[in-house]
Amino acid sequence: MEEIALETHNLTVSYNRKPVLWNVDFKLPKGQIIGIIGPNGSGKTTLLKSIMGLTPLSSGYVEIFGQKLNDVRHRISYVPQRESVDWDFPASVMDVVLMGRYSPKNLFKRIKKVDKDIAAEALEKVNLLEFSNRQISQLSGGQQQRVFIARSLTQNADLFIMDEPFVGVDAATEQAILTLMQEMKSKGKTVIVVHHDLQTAKDYFDWIVLLNTRLVASGPKSEIFNEELLQEAYGGKLNVLSKVGELVKEHDFPIREKKRK
Amino acid sequence: MASFWIILTGTLIAISCSLLGCYLILRKMAMVGDAISHAVLPGIVLAFLFSGSRETIPMLIGAACLGVLTTVIIELFHRKARLQSDAAIGITFTWLFAIGIILISFFADNIDLDQDCVLYGEIAMVPLDIFYLASGVSLGPRPVWIGGVTLILIVTFIIWGYKGLFITSFNEEYAKAIGISAAFWHYALMSSVSLTTVVAFESVGAILVVAFLIVPAATAYLIVDDLKKMLLLSALFGTLSAISGYYLAYTMDGSIAGAMATMTGIFFTIVFIIQKIRAQKATQVPNF
Repeated sequence: MEEIALETHNLTVSYNRKPVLWNVDFKLPKGQIIGIIGPNGSGKTTLLKSIMGLTPLSSGYVEIFGQKLNDVRHRISYVPQRESVDWDFPASVMDVVLMGRYSPKNLFKRIKKVDKDIAAEALEKVNLLEFSNRQISQLSGGQQQRVFIARSLTQNADLFIMDEPFVGVDAATEQAILTLMQEMKSKGKTVIVVHHDLQTAKDYFDWIVLLNTRLVASGPKSEIFNEELLQEAYGGKLNVLSKVGELVKEHDFPIREKKRK
Repeated sequence: MASFWIILTGTLIAISCSLLGCYLILRKMAMVGDAISHAVLPGIVLAFLFSGSRETIPMLIGAACLGVLTTVIIELFHRKARLQSDAAIGITFTWLFAIGIILISFFADNIDLDQDCVLYGEIAMVPLDIFYLASGVSLGPRPVWIGGVTLILIVTFIIWGYKGLFITSFNEEYAKAIGISAAFWHYALMSSVSLTTVVAFESVGAILVVAFLIVPAATAYLIVDDLKKMLLLSALFGTLSAISGYYLAYTMDGSIAGAMATMTGIFFTIVFIIQKIRAQKATQVPNF
């Protein structure tokens, strides 16, 4: 494997002495679009939170670009789940996107013109520039997600970590996010995305991490998408899903609505 | 002149409380504000006992410590004992407040504090508590000075910490992810609430200070879509409540603190109704 963007070593996290992640050990390559896939409750979000130091580890460690989180924090951008915030908060789209320019160093300084320009540029990229003065509660789900993505773009990071960016978004937003991910990749940046939908995973990602409390598999998607591994990740839980594995192979079974172009 | 001092004291306190209240509401911590305002009582009594006087500084320290301790206990019950946060709040503040009441009644002979004054405040006495310089020059009532200094501190805190409070209130996880300490801002805000509460407590009492903390901010929240405007409007509603409350009490010859708190509720109701009517008009299909 070429250079490594992220490594977890024997990562174990538990809530109330129940393990949510158990001995998760993997290395992820730089410059790829990586999907973390697994059934509900398999610890995907917890994995992201432990990478970002938001949840205490029971054991193990995480290294990003070969360093500890605190040394490379400025090179990482985290996009939390859209539902994790209150969208009725009295803030405008611009206010939220500008948060991407906050840092412990400039927290007590005024926002500069240059920051506003960067924020406007990011909004332009997600096609929301004309909404910049709008209150965030007036946005649709997809637009809210794009605001989060724009905020993350202003950070100018090398590693993007996104928690379920495709949940409840419209086709236009989905396409916009996919285009941006490709653009990031072409600039040599790494994108890690938590995703729950097996159907689309194969189209979206280059590299797949299959998770179900334990690590089931991690590798290029061609190696991962076989029935055996998918069975293992999704377990006896769903007979339907073993079928989904086959269906994924057959490629286009229209369970999902087709994108409208 | 007496009414001027009373109104001024009420206004200074109302503005400090209304500003902090905006953040309490946005962080869904309104009841934590309530809890702190009650739980500072044992801190004040203990400060009284130790310092043996009604000096402001020991009282502020005692109250601030208890205020922060309250939030720590609430967090502890919520996180470690896995209690719902409202239950954790309910346990903590009633317990601390009860301890305060026991302390007051037990040491009633030694200290110049009584329960009525603690619960309902004595803003009418403000003009009597004059602040003299060593040379004997009168500088006006002491509570006005204390209220003024508190207001300056709170305004400074909010301007200086605007970005920190904003980001941790909106999206705490994101703030942590970019390396901003959410705990620092949490405790900074809680300490400010404790300080303001103890200052307010002398004049409007432990129960009614909650009205100033929450209602003007909630009223502003109904109207605006921008945090800066919310802070300004909240301060405006606080001021209006203090002024109109005084005149309400004056005409009814009733409790000033009670009237001020009542006015916050009246302003809230008026704004609520206006907003409902507006919303209805906005959605109405015109008839032809």
